[in-house]
Amino acid sequence: MIATIDIEFTVNGKPVRISVPPRMTLVDCLRDMLGLTGSHIGCEHGVCGACSVMLDRVPIRSCLMFAVQADGAAVTTVEGLEGPDGKLSPLQEAFWDCHAMQCGYCTPGMLVAAQGLLDENPTPTSAEIREAISSNLCRCTGYQQIVEAIQLAAQRMNEGVDHA
Amino acid sequence: MPDDRPAASNYRYISQPRRTKEDKRFITGRGAFVQDVQLAHTKHIALVASPYPRANILSIDTSAALAMDGVLDVITGAELTEHTDRLYHGVDLPNVRWHPLAVDMTRYAGEWVAAVIADSRYIAEDAAELVAVEYEPLDAAIGIERVMEPDAPLVHPDHGSNILLKKKFVWGAVDDDFAAAEHTISYRARWGRSSAVPIETFGVITRWSEKDEVLEVWASIQMPQYQEQIADALRIPLNAVRVHNYIDVGGSYGVKRGIKQTVLSGYAARKLGCPVRLIEDRIDNMSGGDAHGPDRLFDVTLAYNGDGLIRSMKMRVVDDVGAYPGRSIQQLGKPISALCGPYRMSSIEYDVTSVTSNKTSQVAVRGFGQAPTNFALETGVEKIARRLGLDRTEIRRRNFIRHDEFPWKIPSGTAYDSGDYHTVLDKAMRFAGWDALIAQRDAARAEGRLVGLGIATCLEPGGGNNIFEHLLNEKIQITTFVESALLKIDGQGQVTVAISTHTAGQGHQTLAATVAGEELERDPDGIRVVHLDSLEALPTRGPVASRMAIMLGSAVSKAARRLRNRMIHIAAHDLAVADTEVEYADGEFTVRGDPARKRSWLEIVFIAHRQLHRMPPDTEPGLQTIEVHAVPGGGKLPNEKGEVQIYPCFSFQAHIPLVEIDRVTGQVEILDYAVAHDCGTVINPKIVRGMMMGGIGHGIGAALYEKFDYTEDGQLLSGTFLDYLLPSAHEIPDIRDTEHCTPSPLTSHGQKGSGEGGYLGAPAALASAVNDALEPLDISLTELPMRLADIEAALHTHANPVPETAP
Repeated sequence: MIATIDIEFTVNGKPVRISVPPRMTLVDCLRDMLGLTGSHIGCEHGVCGACSVMLDRVPIRSCLMFAVQADGAAVTTVEGLEGPDGKLSPLQEAFWDCHAMQCGYCTPGMLVAAQGLLDENPTPTSAEIREAISSNLCRCTGYQQIVEAIQLAAQRMNEGVDHA
Repeated sequence: MPDDRPAASNYRYISQPRRTKEDKRFITGRGAFVQDVQLAHTKHIALVASPYPRANILSIDTSAALAMDGVLDVITGAELTEHTDRLYHGVDLPNVRWHPLAVDMTRYAGEWVAAVIADSRYIAEDAAELVAVEYEPLDAAIGIERVMEPDAPLVHPDHGSNILLKKKFVWGAVDDDFAAAEHTISYRARWGRSSAVPIETFGVITRWSEKDEVLEVWASIQMPQYQEQIADALRIPLNAVRVHNYIDVGGSYGVKRGIKQTVLSGYAARKLGCPVRLIEDRIDNMSGGDAHGPDRLFDVTLAYNGDGLIRSMKMRVVDDVGAYPGRSIQQLGKPISALCGPYRMSSIEYDVTSVTSNKTSQVAVRGFGQAPTNFALETGVEKIARRLGLDRTEIRRRNFIRHDEFPWKIPSGTAYDSGDYHTVLDKAMRFAGWDALIAQRDAARAEGRLVGLGIATCLEPGGGNNIFEHLLNEKIQITTFVESALLKIDGQGQVTVAISTHTAGQGHQTLAATVAGEELERDPDGIRVVHLDSLEALPTRGPVASRMAIMLGSAVSKAARRLRNRMIHIAAHDLAVADTEVEYADGEFTVRGDPARKRSWLEIVFIAHRQLHRMPPDTEPGLQTIEVHAVPGGGKLPNEKGEVQIYPCFSFQAHIPLVEIDRVTGQVEILDYAVAHDCGTVINPKIVRGMMMGGIGHGIGAALYEKFDYTEDGQLLSGTFLDYLLPSAHEIPDIRDTEHCTPSPLTSHGQKGSGEGGYLGAPAALASAVNDALEPLDISLTELPMRLADIEAALHTHANPVPETAP
């Protein structure tokens, strides 16, 4: 049998110690070993973005990375986008309000890509949104309602800041 | 301007922009996709695929694979064929044998030859590389015209020909109409091999339950006869198959058929006594799964007069269905429901040929053959307009069926339910700013830029009675495609709707809850919608054919109205008045004109469930009902003239894209895209808009980017996302949409289908725009996709014409 390697990292803020085969991808580790099935597998060659998660706050493809490479890192998956009280994030609320999905398969990765954008740029233009989410493929929506949702989330977050 | 959707204001929940019921689980990562199902002791399949498009299988040595730790079994086609029956085709082809794994011969590059079953997918893939298959490569049959030549290699030698089906239909006096017409025009149009390509591949997990002697199935499926075909192939009764319909399907748009995968998995699960999981990887999916769509050659002749009126059409179409046709041959049948589109033709000849080739098998794709047909038809309309110097919108207006002519029967016998094509086109043009776009185009042209304005319309048949199957195979005598709903109001007054199918993003829970809420005047947010498994399920054909708003919507409506009337009946009995004296509103049953005499929702619920002594004597206890809804209209086989009602409801769209072509690279940029759609009453506007937008995105891919390309010797060149280009948010622009409502007289609230229209209209509209942009160069393209390289080649040829040789 192939030897396993011990790694430590945080997932959605919680510390994880786990022993993984060296060739196991991060997405398989998250899904099959940690039970976090929100991150999806679409192409396994780094194009579709369904497996996007944040690694140290930057969106990455978890199908193109081995779990052992996440040793010491902070991983955030779609399951970590909600507040600690289970309250939906402004981005999640906006996705729901705009129906920025249909089948829901690309949605977790799309949320991660969009959150990565809003963390960097709280007031993106429509073109900047399209640029940011062009990393992620969606086959249901034609992206229209996704772009509108990200715009709505940005607007609400900025209004929230203004009102504070 | 008059209200676009006067009906909307009459409803509390229907047509209101409410949140969907499904989205919350997806935004929190709590969807239940097949890959998320974790069963103890599950084993994993990896597939061994043929590298050759056509080869004899001389031997398969599984010993090295079987010797690996963690490998349970390797199944070959020979073993599987011994224990399972052949898979079903849409037409009778006794000598075209189809099994989940190749037997003796491989018929496309990527065809599955063996399946390794191991403790993990990782081990299974390692072992798959150790399966040694000895092949004798043979010349392949590739090329839609080549495969019909007498000396072409035979894909299925026992069938004796690569032609699987050839039929000619004539509806009306085609010869007379052609003789009487002032002009004819003939042209060829080509629809390239593209597909739906969901982001989730197909996957299935099966488990044979010894306790119940039932095959349990969790699958990412969208297939009307799924459980029937599995049962037949596995030689078990239909009531020994339990398909868990609660599984979320990660997109399908027609392609998730899953028969061969499920038969393979189910056989292995029963043999090995453990759950067996087959999740296609992207390569499995695109080269060997249910992947490819129509691949069509059209030769069309239209007969028309000098005023642009089209009198008749002869459409010859050849469709390359790949190695094993399955149900896909029938994709030549469905377009019969709207062959002449929104136009008033008096006769049609339709000549169809289905050919097999050494390419990956074709499956159903969004519209079931209608998108290519609409592209071919619209191409001709544009050509006539150009030839006559007639405005492209004017020729459509002249040929459109008028609003006051519905129901309008087309030559093949189908009556369109309702429509207002002139108004929708006018609305699209006003909304798009047609005149301003023309001015923008002309100004750009004056600068030497290649800018083009496109226009296309499309009809979207919805509802699906599948009577067309009989036209291609007389043994099939299906005249309806039912859908059911079970409604119950429980002892605490809560409403639950049970539906009998999977959902792949169409929002059936929202649909059912909205309609039930409307009829019962209860908040849809509090209505639960559950998916019955296939053993519990009521008659269903599921979400195909743009049909669930029509069919499930009407079924839920009827069931809910029945329960509402039963509650009124109980209240009237308790209040000692006639039923007609009781009014129901907002959860209260009140005697008309005497508001003090009333019963609450909960009181009636309590009486129905617990108080037989207060019940009317003729009434069943409890509050539950089942509605099995047949497709409205139709219900008959074709008459002696081959005329038949196919599908009940017909939606309509008009698309107007503005594009610019880069003179050097051939790259098409969509500068603007406007669309007007009319699918009758909209149940949930966010869902309908989303499906239309997604359909347009899908159509942009088919028009400009996507193609399963093959080498001449049969190797697939675009089997990954690196070379099969799905449009991203870069390629799909902001799309501007407006709507119109012409209710259907055939459905509960006037709703029609809406899942396909975007995809039916966009390819034709983009072809129109590209050709408009190229018109100053006198270049005309009639082959999709019109990829960068295709357009660049046309521009290059134009700039560097082949010198004429001296006679």
